[in-house]
Amino acid sequence: MTQQTVLNSTHRALGARMVDFGGWDMPINYGSQIDEHHQVRRDAGMFDVSHMTVVDLRGARVREFLRYLLANNIDKLKTSGKALYSCMLNEQGGVIDDLIVYFINENFFRLVVNASTRDKDLDWIARHASGFGVTLQERRDFAMIAVQGPNARQRVAGLLSEQGNAAALKLGKFVGAEIDGMFIARTGYTGEDGFEIMVPETDAIAFWQRLLAAGVKPAGLGARDTLRLEAGMNLYGQDMDESVLPLEAGLAWTLVLDRDGDFLGRTALQQAAAAGVTRSMVGLVMDDKGVLRHGQKVLSDAGDGEILSGSFSPTLGKSIAFARVPAAATQFRVDIRGREVPVRAVKFPFVRDGQPCAGI
Amino acid sequence: MNDIPGDLKFLKSHEWARLEDNGNVTVGISEHAQSQLGDLVYVELPAVGDHIDAGNGAAVVESVKAASDVYSPVSGTVVSVNEALSDTPEIINGDAWGEGWIFVIKPSQPAELDELLSPDDYAELLENEAH
Repeated sequence: MTQQTVLNSTHRALGARMVDFGGWDMPINYGSQIDEHHQVRRDAGMFDVSHMTVVDLRGARVREFLRYLLANNIDKLKTSGKALYSCMLNEQGGVIDDLIVYFINENFFRLVVNASTRDKDLDWIARHASGFGVTLQERRDFAMIAVQGPNARQRVAGLLSEQGNAAALKLGKFVGAEIDGMFIARTGYTGEDGFEIMVPETDAIAFWQRLLAAGVKPAGLGARDTLRLEAGMNLYGQDMDESVLPLEAGLAWTLVLDRDGDFLGRTALQQAAAAGVTRSMVGLVMDDKGVLRHGQKVLSDAGDGEILSGSFSPTLGKSIAFARVPAAATQFRVDIRGREVPVRAVKFPFVRDGQPCAGI
Repeated sequence: MNDIPGDLKFLKSHEWARLEDNGNVTVGISEHAQSQLGDLVYVELPAVGDHIDAGNGAAVVESVKAASDVYSPVSGTVVSVNEALSDTPEIINGDAWGEGWIFVIKPSQPAELDELLSPDDYAELLENEAH
């Protein structure tokens, strides 16, 4: 039985093409996926991301717990509302999930984890939380709408109370706050400025309609995928999973290994870092025609690898991908239906704030 | 969207075939197929002169989402391809039945056309897929 968000009938009324996405019946596009992509890069678009899992963690020792649970350093969060991206690792250093954690107060942090990993995440968190006296509360009462694009913040702010308007526009990057009965955070998964908004389910349809009336166009999960890939952001399950170390997934920047106290996966990570990892994740651009896709074989001067996330990039007009390859590799070709096509390794993100990055 | 032209024949895999006055067969994908694929970004065309057997892959259409083989409804030799699709594959999204044709084949066994689905049969197939 597929699950539905509170906006399901709203999507259908807008003519969305619905698909099963990790057990959820979600809009993949409402018309042209490429138009939706450009809408977000150039103006403002909105996504229903209510399928994502919001979990509130409470307890006197919640910070201490998160210090142990997460591979990034929770002590980077010093002011209320500040958010942090982190991996949650198993003892072998494999990635159970990637998530965003918000610091609300010393007794209360909020996590947003992936929908597809909900069950195992909640089991894992609960198993380790009990020793710290931390309680979990899943917030199924929230819908979540991501409004993204260069004009996104202004459009949202225009719908808020005078006080809320000022508060929302004052939010720094990667900071959230309770505003007008919603939790509004300046975060996203597109490489554009914007907000991710947790809104009580009972108010979600009305808020979506007000956004529509304000000129924010709906965008489906198809555009969300090409936007996040251009922005150089990983997708759990495709770019990393429990068999992959963050060091092998372009996520070394999220790790803080030299800190006091133990955290889950630390020993394995330190061993791997000392020994040197044999695989790494690279960004690839294909200048020839064709489309890089998940699972295609990558041939290199140091052995074979594979395409992880791969797609056509609407902003660049050519195909881009992440690939896991031997760490020593420098030259790459991709096997596309028996044809070996040369590709270039590049630094990612591929696109930032609407513009192609240098060297792409 | 189900205004299916009456002069076409179909494969279950959503290719259409039209017998031209000169005996050649023009091939494309259906309106339904393009709408399922979404925005097309690349079309891999066969080469003129290729011999293709009925039911074998002759072209590949790729959307942002997926790559899909285009099977030839009849056996024969490719006599022309729609070069415009190389630079503007989205023509298929705009006009799958017409300007979005993919290739023309000179059939070696014209009787194979009789084995294809009629427009009514194809409409019924789409109806059943929807349930």
